[in-house]
Amino acid sequence: MSGTAVELSQVRFAYREQQPVLAIDHLSIARGETVFLHGPSGSGKTTLLGILAGVLQANSGSVRILEQDFTRMSGGARDAFRARHLGYVFQMFNLIPYLSVRENILLPIRLDAGRRARLGEVSLDRAVRTMAEELDIAGLLDAPIGELSVGQQQRVAAARALIGSPEVVIADEPTSALDTDRREQFLRLLFASCEKAQAALVFVSHDHTLRPLFSRTVSLTDINRATSLRSAA
Amino acid sequence: MLIPRLALHSLRSRLLTTSLTVASIALSVTLLVGIEHVRAGVRASFAGTIRGVDLIVGARGGTLQALLSTVFGIGSPSGSVKLSTVERWKTHPAVKWAVPYSLGDSHRGFRVVGTTPEFFERYRFRNNASVTLTSGHIAAGDTDVVIGSDVADRLQYTVGSPVVVVHGLRDIGTSSHETHPFRVVGVLRRTFTPIDRSIYVTLEGIKAMHEEDANVPGAMPGAMPGAEAPPGMNRLSAAADEQVSAFFVGTRNRFEALMLQREMNTDLVEPLTAVIPGVALGELWQNIGSAEVGLRVIALFAVAIGLTGMLVALYSSLEARRREMAIFRAIGAGPRTIISLLVLESGMLALLGCVVGVGTVYLGLAFAQSPIEQRFGLHLSIRPLGITEWGYLAMVLAAGIVIGVVPAWKAYRTSLVDGLSPRA
Repeated sequence: MSGTAVELSQVRFAYREQQPVLAIDHLSIARGETVFLHGPSGSGKTTLLGILAGVLQANSGSVRILEQDFTRMSGGARDAFRARHLGYVFQMFNLIPYLSVRENILLPIRLDAGRRARLGEVSLDRAVRTMAEELDIAGLLDAPIGELSVGQQQRVAAARALIGSPEVVIADEPTSALDTDRREQFLRLLFASCEKAQAALVFVSHDHTLRPLFSRTVSLTDINRATSLRSAA
Repeated sequence: MLIPRLALHSLRSRLLTTSLTVASIALSVTLLVGIEHVRAGVRASFAGTIRGVDLIVGARGGTLQALLSTVFGIGSPSGSVKLSTVERWKTHPAVKWAVPYSLGDSHRGFRVVGTTPEFFERYRFRNNASVTLTSGHIAAGDTDVVIGSDVADRLQYTVGSPVVVVHGLRDIGTSSHETHPFRVVGVLRRTFTPIDRSIYVTLEGIKAMHEEDANVPGAMPGAMPGAEAPPGMNRLSAAADEQVSAFFVGTRNRFEALMLQREMNTDLVEPLTAVIPGVALGELWQNIGSAEVGLRVIALFAVAIGLTGMLVALYSSLEARRREMAIFRAIGAGPRTIISLLVLESGMLALLGCVVGVGTVYLGLAFAQSPIEQRFGLHLSIRPLGITEWGYLAMVLAAGIVIGVVPAWKAYRTSLVDGLSPRA
């Protein structure tokens, strides 16, 4: 499976007028690619991820995810698209505290029938179990969230992001709360799962020791011209 | 089924906040429904002051005056009725019984009523309860007195206590009918009606008392300063046709009461006013019923406070749940999902509050019903919820749902902006 997962062109975004936060002329990510995205604080990483996920709407330009133009979709359509085709992992606090591990992993499946359909004939229980085994959390499925370590929580979050094989996985500094050993382990599991799903992985991190593990590195400072635009104006 | 399950899990995970919110709504609902029950109880007990009497007939005058002076012992009757008139109406085919009722004397602030023993047989109150004695017997002789329970309690009277009746309502030495001392022969059981504050003697007793007075110079009732001698109460010519203040009538067929009322109101021999007690009580309630509105307003305020508490609880819990909303947004939950989740939660809180509140009312009634009845004479019936109460509950539920929409919408908007940032 190949093709373009993400295609941005001439994207401009500002929370307030005359104060552009993001100005990206071109960014393209193919399916199966793992991208290490870095940049200092305030370089617009979170904004970019918001646009990629369809939570934020670009002011101009085109945002094409899996050949679909986000800029032509309504907020509700983008919500539905995200539910079906995207996986998202936060830095921390990824889980709904009052649901079990199993319920947390199943949330995207429960929320969207299309995502459920992607599992095919496989039962929900089977799907969760497979995902949990891949990420080494099979023994925790019925544990309450409060009893998990941070590393375990992040792996549950990854399982939730990856269940139902989304085409695009976005991870916003998911390893920053983990120690070095756990970091490597988490990444190995994440990569394996992404490869299996042929998903494009956009991975934001400050930790440059992880860079060699990715197929490509993108520096947001290089591609975001917002700062130069602002100083020019 | 995802959203109901989420809502349930979510509410259960915040058990303390949930129970406090439910408790505050339940308290308001308890107050609202409880007040409604008390209001209905007060109204019923008021309407139950007099039963079994189809018409109260007095001299021509206002209907409320006739009712107040006879049943409630407030004010004085508009005039008097000849005993012969009572006897005449007694023979009317529609009349089953007629009991004379004579006012104008008192004993230490309590009204003295002259009537016949039949009065105690006929008079009913509340749900057809009849007047009974705790001790002694009904007044039969012309020195016999039967006292209500309040009279007995306040004056510490028992069977055998002497009673000196005075003319009018105030104790002024010279106006006492000292020459005709009465003696308590019976004490009535508490009725929680004005009967408890009355003293009953026989018509013969009243007659004898005034006849003896007529022989004592300077004790003429009509000449007393300050004494509230009602017009027509002047019994100077006791030897002439005897007079009473009013008479109570029972009809053979209750449907004839209206016809009989019209007939009596147009009596050619003596100008009369016949009052149907139920109708007059209803009119009176209309006049004093503004207290009811006050009760309702208080109850509505209580509900407003309860709902505000719910709004505050929802809002503050939402602040703690921004993270949760962000997660839902990240996995693709749209406004419908988020709003239905939060609205369902607030709806469930309101519903639970209603159920607990109504349950508390019925539990409270089950325990307090008979103590309240014994203590205050207020019979609070355990009955199914009425239209008003269902209306209140629907209002609380609707308000709970509407209140949920506000933070839900805010949650969606907020998480749209900062939902995906890791720092929320």
